Amino acid sequence: MPDAPRPAAAAPLEAALVHGPDEVWRLSGRWTIEGLGPVLKSQALAVAATKLVTLDGSALDEFDTAGAWVLRRWLGPNAPAPSLLAWPLDAATLMKEVQTDAALPVPTPPRFKLRERLGMAAVGAASRALAFLRFVGEIALAAFGPLRHRRGWWLRTIGHEIQIDGYDALPIIGLTSFLLGVVVAYQGADQLRHYGANVFVVELIGYAMLREFAPLIGAIIIAGRSGSAYAAQLGTMVVAEEVDALRTIGIDPLQRLVLPKVAAMVVALPLLTVFADITGVFGGMVMARSRLDIGYAEFIDRFGRVIHGSALLLGVGKSVVFALIIATVGGFQGLRTKSSADSVGRQTTLSVVQSIFLVIVADALFSVAFSVLRL
Amino acid sequence: MTAPTGDVIELREICTRFGSHTVHEGLNLCVRRGEILGLAGGSGSGKSVLLREMIGLQRPNSGEVRVFDQDLATLDAAQGQAMRRRWGVMFQRGGLFGSLSVRQNVGLPLREHSALDDALIDSIAEWKLALTGLPPEAGLKLPSELSGGMLKRAALARAIALDPELLFLDEPTSGLDPASSGGVDELILRTQALFDPTIVIVSHDLDLLWQVCDRVAVLGDGRVLALGTMDELSQDSQPTVAAYFTNHREAGPRARRAAA
Repeated sequence: MPDAPRPAAAAPLEAALVHGPDEVWRLSGRWTIEGLGPVLKSQALAVAATKLVTLDGSALDEFDTAGAWVLRRWLGPNAPAPSLLAWPLDAATLMKEVQTDAALPVPTPPRFKLRERLGMAAVGAASRALAFLRFVGEIALAAFGPLRHRRGWWLRTIGHEIQIDGYDALPIIGLTSFLLGVVVAYQGADQLRHYGANVFVVELIGYAMLREFAPLIGAIIIAGRSGSAYAAQLGTMVVAEEVDALRTIGIDPLQRLVLPKVAAMVVALPLLTVFADITGVFGGMVMARSRLDIGYAEFIDRFGRVIHGSALLLGVGKSVVFALIIATVGGFQGLRTKSSADSVGRQTTLSVVQSIFLVIVADALFSVAFSVLRL
Repeated sequence: MTAPTGDVIELREICTRFGSHTVHEGLNLCVRRGEILGLAGGSGSGKSVLLREMIGLQRPNSGEVRVFDQDLATLDAAQGQAMRRRWGVMFQRGGLFGSLSVRQNVGLPLREHSALDDALIDSIAEWKLALTGLPPEAGLKLPSELSGGMLKRAALARAIALDPELLFLDEPTSGLDPASSGGVDELILRTQALFDPTIVIVSHDLDLLWQVCDRVAVLGDGRVLALGTMDELSQDSQPTVAAYFTNHREAGPRARRAAA
C-alpha cells in the first residue's frame, strides 16, 4: 500500500497464513502479486475456513487485489464476511470491496460440439466462396462500367504498378528460372544419354519451360512478392479507415485500388513469363553444352525447328489467367481485413496461400483442357 | 486522499529535440506521492512526449528523469523490470492487443508477473473490468468489437491490473461524448480511492482537469509555464495560460458548470 513505504529493495517477505486459537487466522508478510507464490503452494490454504473467521492483519506488510482474491476464494462462496482484526485502513477497504462485490459470473466462451463446428466451417467456407464470386463480379462491373478517373491517371498508376510488380521483379524471376532450366536439363541429361538421345534435351527444355515452368514460377514468385504486399497494403488501409474515406468521398475503392492492380498484373506477368522463358531456356542450353556436348548453335537451330510457337503462346496465355487470380485474390483478402493488426497478417497469409493454390488448380485444369483439345 | 509525502517523479532540466525542433528546453517538474497531476497545454507543447519520457519509452536529449528515486537512464534490466511492475499505463488509443480478448488483455500483466492460477487470474481480471464499469460479457469480446468508451474502460482495467502505485493516463477522455467523459472522471476518482496510486493525466479536457486533478501543470515554450490547482491557474496572468483557459472555458456548457 502506498501509505507505508514499500520495502521494495528489502528482502521479500513472503505471505503466510497461520491458524491460531478461536478461529483467528493470522496474516503476515506481503499479500501481493510478488509475495503470494509460496502461500498458494503451502498447505495453509488447503484447510477449509470455518463459518466465522477472524483475520488478524496486525502483521500484514502489504496487500493488493490478488491477495484479497486469494482470501475470498479461500473463504468460499457465500461465506459471511470475516471480521478484520487490526488491519491497515486501506487494506481493509480493499478487502471489503472485494468481499462485498456480488459473486461475479466469469463467463466462458461458448463451446461447440464437433457437428456444430463442422457446420459452421462449411457455412463459413461457402459464404467466403460466394463473397469471392461477388467480388469478381464487382470487379468486372467496375472494369466495364464508366471509368471515373482521367486517362492520364490510369496510365500513370498502371505504369507505376508495372514498374514495381514487373520490372523490379526481373532479377529474381530471371535467376530462379535460369536455375530451373539448369535443373531440368541436368535431370534429363542422364536419362537421355542412356539412349543416345542427347539431342532431345532441346524438346525437354523447350516444352517444359515454355508450357509449364516459366508461367508457374513467375506466378508463384509474384504471388509471394506482390500479392502479399498488395493484400497487406489494402489491409492497413482498411484498418486506418482509408478505404471507408474513399467510399464517402464517392470514389469506388475497386476502381481506385483494385482495377489498376489487376491491369498492371495482367500486363506484367506475361512479360515476366517471356523473360523467364528466355532465361530458363538459356539455363538449359548452358547445361546441355557442358553435360551433353550440344553446342549453342546446334541447340538454337534445333529449338527453332522443333518447338512450335504455340508452346510459347499457351504459356503466356496461362500467365494472363494467373495474373488475374493473384490480383483478384490479393484485393479480395486485403479488403476483407477487420480492424486489427492481427487481421492484416492473417489476410496477407491467406492471399498468398490461396493465390498459389488457385494458380496450381488453374494450371491443372489447363493441362486437362489442352490435352482434350490436343494442343 | 493521502497526505503527499515526497516526490514520486522528478524531472530535472529536461531537453528534448526532434531534429531542429525543440520540444522541451530545461523543463522541471515534480509529481508528489498520492496526488493526481494533470499535464495540460496546447497541441505540440510536448505533453505526450513528456509522458513517454516518464515511462522510459523515450529518452530526453539531456536532463534527468527520476521515478521512485531512481534515474531511469541508469537502470539495469532487472531494475527496469521491477519498476515497470509498479506502474500502469493507459494509452490514448487503448493499446489493447487485438488478438486477445478483453479479459485476456487485463489478465496478461498478472500472468506475466505472478504465480496465480488461471481461474484466479480470470476472476481478478473480471473484477477489474467490473470496477471500470464494463458488463461481464465484454470480457470475452475482442478489443475491435468494443465502442470507444468501452475501449477506454478496458484500457484502464489493464492499466490497474497490478494495483500500480503510479498510473499514467494519456488522454483518457479524448473521443468520448460528454456523458462518457463524466463517467471517466468518476472512474479515476474511484480508482484512486481504492488503490491510492499517484496519477499523471495528460489531457486537453478542462472538465477532467477541474474534476479530478489536485494540481495541473501547463506546458508551453518547452517548459512548465504554470503549476498549481485549477483555481490558481484560472487566475494566472500569463497570456498563454490565460488564453488556454479562457478559450476552453467558452467551449462547452459542461466546462462552465464545472467552473461555477
